[in-house]
Formats: sequence, structure tokens, C-alpha cells
Amino acid sequence: MKRIAAIFLVVLGLAVALRAQSILSINGAGATFPYPMYSKWFDEYHKQHANLQINYQSIGSGGGIKQVTEGTVDFGASDGPMNDEQLKGFQDKHGFGILHFPTVLGAVVPTYNIPKVTSTLKFTPEALAGIYLGKITKWNDPVITGPNKGINLPADDIVVVHRADGSGTTYCWTDYLSKISDEWKNKVGKGTSVNWPVGLGGKGNEGVMGVVKQTPNSIGYVELIYAIQNNTPFGDVRNSSGEFVTASLAGVSAAAAGAAKNMPDDFRVSITNAPGKAAYPISTFTWLLVPEKISDAAKRDAIKGFLKWMMSDGQNYAEGLAYAKLPSPVVAKETKAIAKIQ
Amino acid sequence: MNRLVATTTTTAPSAGPVAGSRTFLSRLNKGDEIARLITLLFAVSVVLVTLLLVFELWQGSALPRHKFGFNFFRTSVWDPIFDQFGALPFIYGTLVTAAVSLLIAVPLGIGAAIFLAELAPARVSDTLEFFIDLLAAVPSVIYGLLGVFIVIPLMREYIQPGLKNSLGFLPFFQGPAYGVGFLTAGIVLAIMVIPYIISVSREVLLSVPRDQREAALALGSTRWEATWKVVVPFARAGIFGSIFLALARALGETMAVTMVIGNTPAISASLFSPGYSIAAVIANEFTEATGDLYLQSLIELGLVLFLLTFILNGLARLLIVATSQKGSGTGRA
Amino acid sequence: MNPRLRWRKFVSNFMLTLTGVCAVVTVSVLFFILGYLVFHGGTSISWNFFTKLPAPVGETGGGMANAILGSAKLLLLASLLGVPIGFFGAIYLAEFSGSTMAFVVRYAADLLNGVPSIVIGIFAYGLVVLPFKHFSTLAGGFALGLMMIPITLRSTEEFLRAVPDALREGAMALGASKWKTIATIIVPAAYRGILTAILLAFARVAGETAPLLFTAFGNRFWSPGWNQPTASLPVMIFTYAIAPYEDWHRQAWAAGLVLLGLILVINIVARAILSRGIAVPRA
Repeated sequence: MKRIAAIFLVVLGLAVALRAQSILSINGAGATFPYPMYSKWFDEYHKQHANLQINYQSIGSGGGIKQVTEGTVDFGASDGPMNDEQLKGFQDKHGFGILHFPTVLGAVVPTYNIPKVTSTLKFTPEALAGIYLGKITKWNDPVITGPNKGINLPADDIVVVHRADGSGTTYCWTDYLSKISDEWKNKVGKGTSVNWPVGLGGKGNEGVMGVVKQTPNSIGYVELIYAIQNNTPFGDVRNSSGEFVTASLAGVSAAAAGAAKNMPDDFRVSITNAPGKAAYPISTFTWLLVPEKISDAAKRDAIKGFLKWMMSDGQNYAEGLAYAKLPSPVVAKETKAIAKIQ
Repeated sequence: MNRLVATTTTTAPSAGPVAGSRTFLSRLNKGDEIARLITLLFAVSVVLVTLLLVFELWQGSALPRHKFGFNFFRTSVWDPIFDQFGALPFIYGTLVTAAVSLLIAVPLGIGAAIFLAELAPARVSDTLEFFIDLLAAVPSVIYGLLGVFIVIPLMREYIQPGLKNSLGFLPFFQGPAYGVGFLTAGIVLAIMVIPYIISVSREVLLSVPRDQREAALALGSTRWEATWKVVVPFARAGIFGSIFLALARALGETMAVTMVIGNTPAISASLFSPGYSIAAVIANEFTEATGDLYLQSLIELGLVLFLLTFILNGLARLLIVATSQKGSGTGRA
Repeated sequence: MNPRLRWRKFVSNFMLTLTGVCAVVTVSVLFFILGYLVFHGGTSISWNFFTKLPAPVGETGGGMANAILGSAKLLLLASLLGVPIGFFGAIYLAEFSGSTMAFVVRYAADLLNGVPSIVIGIFAYGLVVLPFKHFSTLAGGFALGLMMIPITLRSTEEFLRAVPDALREGAMALGASKWKTIATIIVPAAYRGILTAILLAFARVAGETAPLLFTAFGNRFWSPGWNQPTASLPVMIFTYAIAPYEDWHRQAWAAGLVLLGLILVINIVARAILSRGIAVPRA
């Protein structure tokens, strides 16, 4: 009996190890913002290349940056571009640099759960900053009700929800708040992980959406697709031209129009509070972080192959999931940049 | 079955330094020395890996220890952007949730233990103990699951507003009712640690000698008086031990807490406030702590937690052993 | 009967009833948990759950097949690490060691046992993930194995010690060497207790989540080999429970039921084995 068990274990171990030989497994981690997009992409790509598994774990942009720097994953993903210090950190650690590849564009929306309020609220920049600074505490505060005449907002306390983990979505949100509120800029600043004045923490876009969905009178910031997939209302935001814009593909693409023409070589840009009447003010690119040198040839070719696919066929999946496609000048520039991966 | 070997090695000492049958060479010949060395190796590996763990925790937290020193425990700002790390909110949250859980679990647990040890017939006591041990086996993430879908809505809809209406003048029950928070985490933890209090307390109560109880009854006490004034004090140290054990479990609990505490580094007298615990912040922020100071500050939090549970477990063991040795009889009245 | 005595009797009955209430409340919580899990989990279990891989985010119809296999692999590795060290270490403590060494080893084991599971995760990350530059089943198995060691060690030692000395002396009198005595007499005599110890340790780590967060990490696909990240039931429960998708919540309940069912069954079986007492196998 024991002999049979031992043989079984050995065979199992061998089988598992052998199967490992034929499958190329690539690991990535990072942003939860594009997670619905990436999980769809990697699933589709796996269907087309059965021996290639690209396993992506959504642990937040902070985690993506950290783990790709540590080398425990093959690529990272973030909606907050790596800052100079982080780039230098990577360079010092590995001896070569890391590249940013924009994948899609998305919108960060203020989603809320107010009992009996089903219509779309309009938020001014002052309202959003005030809520997240903890200065506006009730839903019927005049700063909020001002542009929302006709909607009956309750006198209840606002439950603010933010990210508990390091997040590129947070980066985009706080980048926007820093641009439209000096008080926010000086008191809190922008980053993937900030010292929030108020609020509950949720883990990942998923966690924030989960808390908002289950907590009455709450407000949180999530990527557009999360609000859509969960049928929760999200508000319009007033942009720098004074228009209240609903987050949409058109609004996001309009926000990226300026940047598309003047894209820097390293693809790191901020498009929050972008000029233009139709621009949605809280938009962002999201990037894959790929090391410049990949020593494993099979992995290198697989990643380059995926990037090419992502920029061509992959883009066709974006709009179905409420992400905006990359502007074509950006795609052209990126395709050339793939060659930089050695 | 030829399992035993007949030998005559009890005679004729070999040319070794020590006369007698159990010389090194003879032990070696029989393979005993090898067996001893092999098992010693395994035993030593336990010690080594434990030492390594403590060493890693100590080394891995060198930066913040040197930079912040004891201020680490006094500051409450946790700001990764400005590289300010203060552990106070997490220590506070860990201690508060543990305290709330004990406030609930200790009376319930000791009460149940008294019932099982003193009142219930042996069969009932054993059966109930069996089920309570099963409660101890439920994994933490399942408690978290139940916490998210059952306890949080209950708290938000009924319990927190109820407490606010009746006891809202106390600072503990003020503030908006989110559903998550210190109180919720404390309640979930209470359920998790009750089995430890019950099973250890029951054991030590059972080990109290019969004559203690009988003497009290003979002097005219009621059953309750005999239990509460004689038996329980006799087993007091062991019961405290069980409480320390429960406390250690509550302090180190990660998953159930992070799913219901609100994940906000806040220090507040109100139990309705969301908070954070040491284990929860490590779980949420470890994989993304960019920068050595950030990561090592999290490791220092781990070191703090480790030391806390280490001390408590040690105390618990001392107390429980002392009580079990003091009592000796089967205490069933 | 004087009034004071009447009062004391009343207090006595009241308090004792209260303790009964405490016991009933505690046990009812267990049944409530089980019942709720069976109800919610039972209605969510489907063939998909056991056979399909996770679907892309927001789509329904996915399953946790990879998490089930992943947990199995992790527990296998954990046992390969925890059981031999615990078992042979216990033999050393019970049969060979002097009192100082025994004290040190037991102390270390108790210390290890008390380490919060998240801290074990930190340790395994530093020791296995960073040097190998990989999240992996190995790292997760290592972390879980560490947690199995103290339970296996201490319990096995207890059961070995409980074997009557008469058996040892009889074997020695017949001239058996020590290791033969251990292998053929003592361990078989204690095998029920040892098996129980192993099963309980196994059940304990089967539900652990925190140490896997930064060791085994997670995987949307099958995890090939032993050096890649892997999905596991507890981590999936956590991830799905805090997310907003109804479909994921249902899967979390199903996974919770499967996991709890497994753990409870192991616990019950272990105790059943033990309750039949320590028996000496017939020669």
C-alpha cells in the first residue's frame, strides 16, 4: 500500500514537472485599473497560443512596480508611470532600464451609492476635492447640490472610499485633485499611496467597488468599466473648459488628443484635466512595464509578440470593455519602441 | 517475523576508551548512532529555521529601527510619499480589536467552560467539546467571508444604529455606522477565539481535585458558590492562560480582520470607526512597498507582532502548566 | 428555609443556567456557520466550479479548477516538508535526546507555532521568492510546511512518549538495537496518534491564506510545474469575496463550502482514529 502511494507520488511529481516543460509561463502583476482588459487579452491570446500562459495578477500599480523591480515577475503594469526615482532604482538594480508601453486609455469615475438617487450627479472639481479632503461631509452640502438642482440629496454623512493598496488609479485621481486644488496638492499630494485625510480603504478597484456597492451613502473612485459592470451610477465631472462631461470613450480620447501628438519617447504623460471642450478630465493611459533586457529568449519573443498583437488586434477588444483605443500616432511610435527590448 | 536480532554484544568491550556494551563503535555498528544523528539533524533544523526567522525579522527591519527608534511606536503618520512611518494606528487597532474580542469571548467562554466541566454529564460535555473543537478548525478566510456578507450588513443595519440610539452618549458608540470597523472586527475575532478559551478552561477546571469541590459543598455552599468561589479560583491561573492564548490568536489574525476592519489607519475612541491592524496592513501593502524604508517598516511591524505573540504564548504556557500540576484529580463532582 | 438561603439557591440556579446558555450559544454559532455555508455554498456549487478555469473579469461561467489543484500541490509540498521534520524530530525528542536539547527544540517549536501566519509569509518571501526571483508553489509549500512542523512535532512526541516503557525494555532485553525498536515497536504502537497529529496539522494549514499572499501569489491558469505561481482555494475565496461581482461571490461561497467540508472531514476522521485508543498491532 505504501509502495503504491510512493510510486503514485513520484509519477505525479514527474508528470507535473514534465508538463511544465512544454508550457511557457510568463508572469505579470500590477494595476487593477485595466484588469478586465488584460484578463480578456491574456485569455484570448492563450486561446491563440495554447503553449503560452500569461498569468496576470491584479495587485495594484504599486505592487506591479515593486515586483517587476524585484524581478519576481516578468513584467509589471501601472497606471501611474514610474517616477524618476523608481526608474533609477530599477536601473541601479539591474544594470539596464525599463520601458513603458501604453496599452489602453481609461477613465476614473466617481461612483456613488446613495439610496433613492438614481440620476447622474454632476461634480465640480471643488466638490470632489472637498469630499476627499473631508471638508464636505454631507451629501446635501451646497457645493454638491449647486449643479444638481432637482435632485433630492439626503442630509446623510458621506462615506468616502479610497484605495488601501498602492494604486495607479489613486495616482490618476490624486494627480487630478492636485491640479485642481492647491490645498490637496500641499496637504496630500499625488502618488500611488497617499495619506488620506478621510475614508475607508478597499483593496484594488474591485475592493473599492465592492465597498461602495454595499455601503449606502458612499462614494469611491474606480475605472469606468467597474461601475458599468456593476450597474452603479457614476457622476459627470466638470472639465477645464467648464463643461460637465460624462466619462466615455469619446471623452477619454479627446483628453488624449493633445498628448498623442506630442508623446514623449518614454511614453510617460499625464492627461488629467486636459484642455478641450469634450475632454473627460480624469483620464489616463495605462502602461505595461517591460524590462529593456530579457535574458530568456523564449520569454522575450513571447512578450514582444504579445505587444505587437496588443497594439493591433488587441485594441479591438478595448471598446467592448469601455476602454479607449490608443491613438494611432501613439501606436506607430510604440511599434517602433518594441525593438528596444533586447 | 524475524524482527529481533539476537546478539551477544553485552560482552567483550572492543579496544575503545570506554569499557561497556554501549561504546560508540558498538552503537555505530548497530546503526543507532546513525539514527540518532539523523533524527538530531531534523530536530536541529527546527531550531535553525526558527532562529533564521527571528534573524530575518531583525535584520530586515534595520533601517526603520535606526531611523525612527522608539518614535516608531509613538507617531501615527503612515505616509509612504514623505517616508514617514509611524506604527501607532496599527498597534492601536490590533490592541482594540483584541480587547473587544476578549470582552465578548471571555465571559461567554468561561461560562461555557464551567457548564461543560461542572454541570454537563460526561457524554454531553464530550460531545459539545467535539463541536467546539471543530469551530476552532474553521479557517480564518471563511470567518472573513461570513464577516463580509453577514456581520457587516447586520452591524450597519441593526447593531450599530441600535447601540447608537441606546448608548450613544458613550464615546465608544458615536460616529457614522459604516458596518466595518473596530467593533465588527472585534466581534468576528471573538467567535474565532472562544473555542480556545473553552477547551483550555474546561481542561483545567476538570483537573481541579474533587475534594476541593466536595469540601465546599460539605460546608453548605450552593453549587454555584462552590464553583465560582472555590473551583474557578483554584484553576484561575490556567484560565488566565487560556485567555492569553486567545489573545495571541486574536493579535495575529490577518484575513478575517482585513476583510471587516475598514483598512484605514485611524485612531479613534469610537468603536464604529474603521481602523487597521498590524497583520492587515502587512497583508495589504507588503507586495507593493517600494523603497527599502517602506518595506522594512512593514517588516518591523511583523517583528512587533511576533514579539507580542511570543510573550503572550510563553506566559500562557507557564500558567496552564502550573495550574495543571497544581490540580491532579478528575474534578467531576 | 430562610430567605437568604433562598436567594443563594436562586442565584445558583440562575448562574448555572446562564453557563448553559453560554455553551448553547457557542455551539449554535458553529451550526449557524455550517448551515449558512451549506446553503449558500451548496446552491453555488456546479460542475463548472470544479472543472473550469477562471473566466475573464466580469464574465460568468468560470470555475476554480486550478485553485483546487493548486491547493492540493501546495499541501503536498507542505506535508513533504512538515511531516518528516516533525516526525523524525519527535523521535529524537522522545527517544534520544538529553533534557537540555529537548528543552531547546521544544521551545523553538512552540515559538514557531506562535508566529502569526502573515509573518511566516514574510519569511518565506525573503527566503524563497526573492532568491529564486519567482513566486512559486515551492515558496507557498515551504511557508505552509513551516506551519505544519510544530504541530506534528509536539503531538508526535506526546504519542511516542505515551508508549509504555515495558515495550522498549522488552525489546532491549531481547537484544534489539534502538533504531530497530523504534521502527518496529514504538512507532507502530503510536501510529494512531501520529496519524492524527499529521491529519490535524494538515487540516490546520489547508485553510491558511495569509502566508500564500506573497509566496504562491496567484494564477488565472493551471500552474505548470512547481516553480510558478499558483492559485489556491483560500486566496481565491479572499479575492472573490472582496470584489463586487455577484458571480465571484457565488464562487467564493462554493469554495468556502468545499474548503470547510474538507477541513471538517479531516478533523472528524482524525479524532475518530484517536478515540479508539493507542493500540499495539498484533505481531
